[in-house]
Amino acid sequence: MSIKQLHELLPGESAQIISFHKDLTLQSRLVEMGILPGVEIRLLKKGPFNGPIEIKVRSYEVAIRYKDAMKINVS
Amino acid sequence: MATNLPLIALLGNPNSGKTAIFNLLTGMNQKVSNYPGITVEQRRGNAQLADNSTVEIMDMPGTYSLTPESLDEKIVAQQTLKWLNGTDRPAAIISVVDAGNLSRNLFLTSQVMELGIPVIIALNMMDRLKRRNQEIDSVKLQKMLGAHAVIPMSAQEKWGIDELQAELTDVITKENIEVCSHIQMKIPEEIEKIINPVSKFLHNKSDRDNYITNVQALRLITRKSAFDLFCECENLNGAEIKSLTLLRDKAIHEIDELGLNHRILEATLRFEMLDNTLKNLSLINQNEIKHQSRSERVDEILTHKWLGPLIFLTLLYGIFQSIFIWATIPMQYIDSGVGYLGNYCVQLFSPGILRDLLVEGIISGVGAILIFLPQILILIFFMTILEDTGYMARVAFMMDKLMNKIGLQGKSVLPLMSGYACAIPGIMATRTIDSWKERMITIMVLPLMSCSARLPVYALMIGAFIPNKPILGFLNLQGLTMVFMYFLGTVTAMIIAAIISRFIEEKGKSSFVMEMPPYRMPLAVSLFRQVYMRGKLFVKNAGKIIMAISIVLWLLASFPRPESNTTSFSIQNSYAGKIGHAIEPVIAPLGFDWKIGVGLITSFAAREVLVSTLATLYNVEDEGDDFIGITEALKNEVNPSTGLPRYTPLVALSIMVFYVYAAQCMATFAIVKNETNSWKWPLIMIAYMMGLAYIASLMVYQGGQMLGFV
Repeated sequence: MSIKQLHELLPGESAQIISFHKDLTLQSRLVEMGILPGVEIRLLKKGPFNGPIEIKVRSYEVAIRYKDAMKINVS
Repeated sequence: MATNLPLIALLGNPNSGKTAIFNLLTGMNQKVSNYPGITVEQRRGNAQLADNSTVEIMDMPGTYSLTPESLDEKIVAQQTLKWLNGTDRPAAIISVVDAGNLSRNLFLTSQVMELGIPVIIALNMMDRLKRRNQEIDSVKLQKMLGAHAVIPMSAQEKWGIDELQAELTDVITKENIEVCSHIQMKIPEEIEKIINPVSKFLHNKSDRDNYITNVQALRLITRKSAFDLFCECENLNGAEIKSLTLLRDKAIHEIDELGLNHRILEATLRFEMLDNTLKNLSLINQNEIKHQSRSERVDEILTHKWLGPLIFLTLLYGIFQSIFIWATIPMQYIDSGVGYLGNYCVQLFSPGILRDLLVEGIISGVGAILIFLPQILILIFFMTILEDTGYMARVAFMMDKLMNKIGLQGKSVLPLMSGYACAIPGIMATRTIDSWKERMITIMVLPLMSCSARLPVYALMIGAFIPNKPILGFLNLQGLTMVFMYFLGTVTAMIIAAIISRFIEEKGKSSFVMEMPPYRMPLAVSLFRQVYMRGKLFVKNAGKIIMAISIVLWLLASFPRPESNTTSFSIQNSYAGKIGHAIEPVIAPLGFDWKIGVGLITSFAAREVLVSTLATLYNVEDEGDDFIGITEALKNEVNPSTGLPRYTPLVALSIMVFYVYAAQCMATFAIVKNETNSWKWPLIMIAYMMGLAYIASLMVYQGGQMLGFV
């Protein structure tokens, strides 16, 4: 499977997190919530006007910003 | 608070139900809701166990880990560091775990297990799991972690709490409990070698178990915030900080050379260990992300691109409009009840100073405020529903982008909307906002959200001067005016936020990660408890502050008494009259007379005092033996120089606009000073709000007159 960024997934699409971009300041917070490389996620919803992106990870739902999603590689 | 009771600490992820368990154990009534991070400070309470012994329970803000990210999490991180050093150490920790979210919640639990304190795991929200026909083998889990006990329970359905209490009794009565974490991270050899110099440094500072020291070294290397907090809590001197920093930088460099990411190192190792163990013991469902939850389906509508915001605005409009419509009848009852009581007292007691004080001062002042109780209860009722269902987290999701444009963020929405009830809990709630700048802006504009103390002022003015006529068939002019006042405050808050965001410098980056809690039906009990608590607070305030002010005001308005009996008493010559007349020139351009002026001054204690002030002044002025209602008094007031009514719809509008903006609540400034740790912010707040109030009122009154309104 090809590598793309999280924001490029379509609603309903699942993928595995591969890595974070170096300058993703959010990464320390994300990993503590169990969102880290190797973990499966499913994209639920994209907010209007490049608003936040809602994903399902483990068994909960969480929203992150579009610009942060751009810094998460998935495949 | 120094007690000798055994201390039990509650720790867990945000929204895992710590406060609900705290309430069940202590019988207290702390606020519980369905929004992550609603507890922002530590709370303590005593709990009686089955064997009649008492323990002290400490509820802490929810956190995902023991490294500090936002202010509320720092409280937890700081506290646990203190425990490691042996200060204020609890006898046991209840680690609250959301059973539906096991793998994520156990991350914190596994960190907590390393503190060397007995851990009892409260496996909460089992009801939800049962409804999905899932089970968790609690014995297996207990063995896996090495916890003192694992108690499956549901704080919402109130079961499992007896078993939890029994374990608490067990843990505080047994001596020499062996505490050991069964699950330890496997720190690869090459990493252990790299972190070793830091570990050695820590080992020299305090002699701890090798594994614990390694974990701490790992955490300090992984997170700068953990490092800073460590230096602060351990009172390291300048030289020590410098050498530790050098050791840390070297370790970071070496880790990154290995091709690893030092910033996620601890979490990566820990989750690797947890996920593997859980998988091997088949304690988690492998395909959990495939499961489509009920909340997801509900969100297809509620956070829909276009429908979502539309539904939100409709809800808000509906709430403010209904405040006006639904409260009318109970308000009439209270009004006539107060009037009846006043007249009854007039007949019961003989004329004299005491009767005047009771009727003109206390009953009219306090009564004038109590009338607004139904409206405040309706407002709190709706706000609590929005929060308890989990809807507010969705609002944060929908609003983040828009709020970001004006220097705020999604998480600012809940504090701002709590501001509709009262600014103080709203300001406290801003602690969940990670970014310092966004938090400051949220605090600075929050008092512009019309709080429930303004409600009596709006309601009085609208009820007396805005005609109750339908518009477009389904709207109503009074309700619409009310909505407009809320709208005015809210929109101004947005504009001010956009302006001051240009002047406040950035400290740290803005971030937004928002957990969407599952929707749930609000519990009738907790809903009515919220409404009751708020109502009680309001009545208590009316009983204390407002009664005190009413008495003082009555004295100021009734004295000095005329020297001879021949000259009749005129309120104009009283102390209050003199004070009012002194400031009248300043406020006359806004259309306010001296009575309103006195009200503006007393409003500094709390905004609703304007209403009781006017009620007291009119009752003192009217020396007759009857009790007058404030609405009638305002309508009948005549301007002696023109012979026309003193108060017109234009004056009412000017007063309302003034109250939308004016900085009047002392308690708010005190809390802003506390939360920002400086006088600068509350002073700027008072200045800009007062400036706005004066200018806006001036424009309304003078502009209105120019346009031919009177």
